[in-house]
Amino acid sequence: MRRTGTVIGVGLLAASLLAGCGDASDGKTRITIGLFGNFGYQQLFEEYEKAHPDVDITDRTASYSDHHKNLAAHLATNNGAADVEAVDVGYINQFKANPGQFVELKSDIKDRWLDWKWEGSLSKDGKQIGYGTDIGGLAICYRRDLFEKAGLPSDRDQVSALWPTWEEFMATGKRFAANAPEGAKFFDGGPTVLNAIVGQAPTGYYDKNDKIVVGDNAEIRKGWNLVSQAVADGLSAGLLHSTPQWNTGFKQGQFATLACPAWMMAKIKDQAPDTAGNWDLAAVPGGGGNWGGSYLTVPKQGKNVDKAVELATWLTAPEQQAKVFANAGLLPSAPKLYSEESVAKKTDPFFHDAPVGKVFTDAARALKPQYQGPKAGDVQTEMGNAMQRVEQGKQSPDESWNQFVGDVKRLED
Amino acid sequence: MKTDWRERRHRWDIRYAPYAYIAPYFLLFAVFGLFPLLYTAWVSMQDRNLLDGDAATFIGLDNYVQLLTADPYFWNAMGNTLSLWLLTTVPQILFALGIAQLLNRRLRGRTFFRMGVLLPNITSVAAVTIIFAQLFGRDFGLINWGLELFGAGRVDWQAGTGSSHTAIAAMVVWRWTGYHALIFLASMQAIPTSVYEAARLDGASAWQQFWRITVPMLRPQIIFSTVIATAGNMRLLAEPLLFNPGAGAATGGSDRQFQTAALYLYEQGFAKFDFGYASAIAWLLLIATVAITGLSYLAARRIRTD
Repeated sequence: MRRTGTVIGVGLLAASLLAGCGDASDGKTRITIGLFGNFGYQQLFEEYEKAHPDVDITDRTASYSDHHKNLAAHLATNNGAADVEAVDVGYINQFKANPGQFVELKSDIKDRWLDWKWEGSLSKDGKQIGYGTDIGGLAICYRRDLFEKAGLPSDRDQVSALWPTWEEFMATGKRFAANAPEGAKFFDGGPTVLNAIVGQAPTGYYDKNDKIVVGDNAEIRKGWNLVSQAVADGLSAGLLHSTPQWNTGFKQGQFATLACPAWMMAKIKDQAPDTAGNWDLAAVPGGGGNWGGSYLTVPKQGKNVDKAVELATWLTAPEQQAKVFANAGLLPSAPKLYSEESVAKKTDPFFHDAPVGKVFTDAARALKPQYQGPKAGDVQTEMGNAMQRVEQGKQSPDESWNQFVGDVKRLED
Repeated sequence: MKTDWRERRHRWDIRYAPYAYIAPYFLLFAVFGLFPLLYTAWVSMQDRNLLDGDAATFIGLDNYVQLLTADPYFWNAMGNTLSLWLLTTVPQILFALGIAQLLNRRLRGRTFFRMGVLLPNITSVAAVTIIFAQLFGRDFGLINWGLELFGAGRVDWQAGTGSSHTAIAAMVVWRWTGYHALIFLASMQAIPTSVYEAARLDGASAWQQFWRITVPMLRPQIIFSTVIATAGNMRLLAEPLLFNPGAGAATGGSDRQFQTAALYLYEQGFAKFDFGYASAIAWLLLIATVAITGLSYLAARRIRTD
C-alpha cells in the first residue's frame, strides 16, 4: 500500500526510459509498439526485422484497460508512449477527439479498409489517426463435449439452427440447464451476452450527435430484460469476462457457450489450451453484429515517427492482416480478403475444424456498423457493472437498470 | 591578510555549509513534492481533459463544490477508505504487538523468524494481490474451500461490501504486520529488564507486564506505526484495483463496494480523463489524510504511560 505510489512511479519511469532510448546500442533503430491482448504479431515482427535489418521491434503488452489508461497518461505528459500504439474501438473516439497528439496518416490507401472502419478513426476535422487492424464480427463459441453431455446436438449446423433469435438461445439454455454436467452453466456471464446483443442493435449507446441514448434504447432494454431473466433462470456462470476468475472458468469448463467476436478465439486458445478440439463455432443469434476491433496509431511524441508509420502501414496491409487471420484468427478489416481462399476457406482444429473463415467473413458481410460515441468504452463498463449487480443478487434488474441510466448520465457532464 | 581570508572562509563554512548539505533534499522536495502539489491545486480549479490541456478553462472551486455536495460516489469512496482504515490499522498494530512479544523471547532460530516477518513486506504488491484474489475466489478459492469443509457456505468475496473489505484488509495486514512488528521489537529490547524484575517482585503476571509496562513504553513507536499505517491506507490503490481486474477494475466492484478514494481518483483521471476533477479529489484526499493522521495521533497518544 505505502509503496504503491513508488511502484507505479518506478514503472512509469522505467517505461519512459525504455521509450526514451530510441536507438539500440547496435546501431539499429528500436521501434516500440504498445499492444493489449493477443494481436498475433510475433511472427510478423520477425519477418519485418528480416526485411529491415536496421530496425529492432520491441513490443509491450498490457491488459486492455491498463494499456489504454497508460496511453492516455503518456499522451497527457507528452512522454513515454510507444512509437506505435494500438487503440481499441471502445477508446478510439476519446483519442480522435484530440488528433493533434497523433501523426496524421496518409489517406491514399483508404481503399484497403471497410468504409466504416476507416471512418471510425477519422477525426471531426478529417485527420486519420489510426489504420484499422481487425474487426469484431460475431459468432457463438460452444463446447461440443458439454452439449453432448447435456443431450443437445453438437453438430455446428444443428446448433446454429437451435437459436435463430436470442429468445431461442435462452430457451436452449434452459434445455441445457436441465441436464447439464455438474458445475457447467450455459453462458459465462450476463455482461458478455449483453455486449453481443447490444452490438447488433442499429443504434448502440450513442446517437450520431454524440448524445448518450442507451437509457431510452428499446432494443437494448429488451436485451437487458432477456439476459436478466436468463440469469434468474440460472443460465449464467456469473463470471466477468477478462478477469482471472473467468480465465479459471475456461479451464474448469464452467460454461458451455461464449459470445465470440473473432478476437475471442485467440483468448480462448491462450486461456485453455487443454480444451482444444472441444470447442466449436456456431452462428450468432440475430445475425451479424460487432464487438471490438482495433487501430494502430502513431503518437507524435515518438522519436522515430517515420519508421513507426512505415511499420504501422505494413502491419495493417491486407497481406499482413491475412497472416494474422491465419495464425491468430483476428478478422481482417480489409474487405478484399473476404473473397480470398486463404481467408474464406480457413478452418481451425482448435475449434473442431470449424470453418472460421466462412463464419466470420459471413459475419463481417452481415455487419451493419454501429456508431460509437466518445465514451463508448466507459458506458460498456457501467453496463457490465449493472448486469453484474443483478448476477450477484445485489439489486433487482429494474433497480440496477435505473442506477445504470443515472451512471451513464454522469459520463456526459 | 591570508589568515583573514581563511578566517572568513571558515566563518562562511560554518554558517552556510549546513544549508548546502541539506539542500539536495529540499531541491528534490521542491521538484517532486512541492511543485506537483501546487500544480495539482492549480489544475483542480480547471475544467480540464487529461488529453487536451490547451482547452482547459478556469472554474474556481466548482470541482470541490461538485465533489462535496453532489457526488455520492466520492462519499462512497471515502466511506470505503475509512472502513478499510479501521479494518487494517487496528489489527495491524495488535498483531504486530503480539508478534513482537513472541519474537522478543529466547527461541531457537530467532534471526530466521525476525527476518521472516519482514518477508511479506518485500514481496511485490501486485503479486500479493493477485495471489490473494485467487485465494478469495468465489468458485475455486482456497478460503471458500476451507469454509465449505467446515460446513459454512461459500462467500462471493468480491460481491459484498463487508466481504470485499475483509479480503482487501487481509492483504494489507498480511503485508505490513511484520514491518510494524520489527519496529516494536527493536524498542522492546531497549526496555530495561530491571523494570520487569521489579514488576515480577510485585507479583505482576506476564499479561499485566505486557499491558502495563511493554505497551505504554512503546507509545512513541505505536504512534509512529499508526501514523504510517494511516497515511499509507489513505492511498490504498493497488489492492482494490487488482482485486477484481477486468474492464471495470477502476470502479472497484459492480456497485463500487470496494472503491477507495485513491481508486476513485484513478478512475476520474485515467478512465474518464477528467484531470481537473481528479486533481480536486487528490487535494481533498490530502486534507483528509492530514486530518485522520492527526486524529490517529491523538488516539494513540492516549495510551497511558503510568
